[in-house]
Amino acid sequence: MGKATVIPFGPQHPVLPEPLHLDLVVEDEKVIEAIPQIGFIHRGLEKLVETRDYNQFIYVAERICGICAFGHSMGYAETVERLMGIEIPDRAKMLRVIWHELSRVHSHILWMGLAADAFGFESLFMHCWRLRERVLDLFEATTGGRVIFSVVRVGGVNRDISDEQLKQFVDVLDGIKGEYKEICDTFLTDRSVKNRTVGVGYISYDDALAMSMVGPFVRASGVKQDVRMLRNDGYAFLDGFEPVIDPQGDCYARVKVRALEVLQAIDIIEEMIRKLVPGEIAVPVKGNPADGAEACNVLEQPRGECYYYARGNGTKNLARMRMRTPTSQNLAGMTTALAGCDLADVNMIVLTIDPCISCTER
Amino acid sequence: MSTFKLGKMTFAGLFKKPETIQYPVQHRFVPEGLKGHIAVDMEHCILCGICMKRCPTHAIEVDKKAGQWSIDRFRCIQCGHCTRECPKGCLTMEPTYAPVAAEKHRDVFEKPAAAPEPAAAEA
Repeated sequence: MGKATVIPFGPQHPVLPEPLHLDLVVEDEKVIEAIPQIGFIHRGLEKLVETRDYNQFIYVAERICGICAFGHSMGYAETVERLMGIEIPDRAKMLRVIWHELSRVHSHILWMGLAADAFGFESLFMHCWRLRERVLDLFEATTGGRVIFSVVRVGGVNRDISDEQLKQFVDVLDGIKGEYKEICDTFLTDRSVKNRTVGVGYISYDDALAMSMVGPFVRASGVKQDVRMLRNDGYAFLDGFEPVIDPQGDCYARVKVRALEVLQAIDIIEEMIRKLVPGEIAVPVKGNPADGAEACNVLEQPRGECYYYARGNGTKNLARMRMRTPTSQNLAGMTTALAGCDLADVNMIVLTIDPCISCTER
Repeated sequence: MSTFKLGKMTFAGLFKKPETIQYPVQHRFVPEGLKGHIAVDMEHCILCGICMKRCPTHAIEVDKKAGQWSIDRFRCIQCGHCTRECPKGCLTMEPTYAPVAAEKHRDVFEKPAAAPEPAAAEA
């Protein structure tokens, strides 16, 4: 047994797209404990509800995170709509689902590229990001933005998707699906991927429940938990929804769940496009949230369940806006998965929770 | 053979067009609704100041007395909120990006002088 040593990991590290610091207590090559520290990119965005009115705050909400931008604007808008008792048109709900699922595709393909880069599979990384470009082009054509879309508003959406654009959507997604299946096959069957992921960072079903983990991280431990199962808002138009789960609980299972969720998200988009009803895309919003009115909302973002809470004070500014993001739920699970692993596997385990520190700190 | 998992895709790549472009000789396709920069039609602007009040980043300033509408391109986040709020529809989102600048400055637009009355012009 060697002497315990503390190795600092991050906040600047090649595997981390965002700043997270870990103090890794190691004995020889084994990690005994991982102590996380965050606080490097806190921006105080929740406080801004006091100086921006409830319509303006949507542009702040979508800047909480670059990858979950659409999810945050959608989650915030749905919360304020509940707060004010606004019923938005069906077409707006469906368009939101289409864009939200498209952002899931973009987020997961981005993550898969990063994961491939982390275990040294450079060509796979480049193929993933090449496919992601096409998804970003779809966003650009339909919303006018590649990362920040500003397309959601309280009461509906700002832009409609024309029939020609919907046809383009289907064509591009069909093209992506064909190429993605080859990438997916590489991720799920390649020996070099399996060598780095199978049996690494195991989390049991019971631990996953005890630590209230969310998203693909918990689904990879066999827990059937997905907010889309509640069939809220636009998801009510789906014929059915079964989350992708895997009982293995290791890094390979997390890769597998995300890889298959991309195909599931593409299927949801295609179903929504088939069912898209004509009509208005927004309703006019008048007045302010009532004093003391409260509303909450949950949304399945690419990284998992995100919870929103809003309270009105009778003015155009909200009294409180609170978000509980998926990564803050998953950090406890990450430290558990890290305990007992090899030092060389730390980067893979950290990456498989898909940490989003921008969301967590806001 | 796991070594050739990506072989089909990689081999096909030899006969396809490159995914990248030769910038600045070539330019990307610009979609119609791209959020580039805000343009103002000063002939129809009534300087009501609603855009200034609604702008989430306070990028727009309207000086009714001086007849000026100005925008700080560095503060503008291209959300398009002003284009939807303008009662006269004189603000539009153009698909080209604002050019880079060495110094931060405001783009100032003046209200054109009112055309003289026909009777006054004859006199």
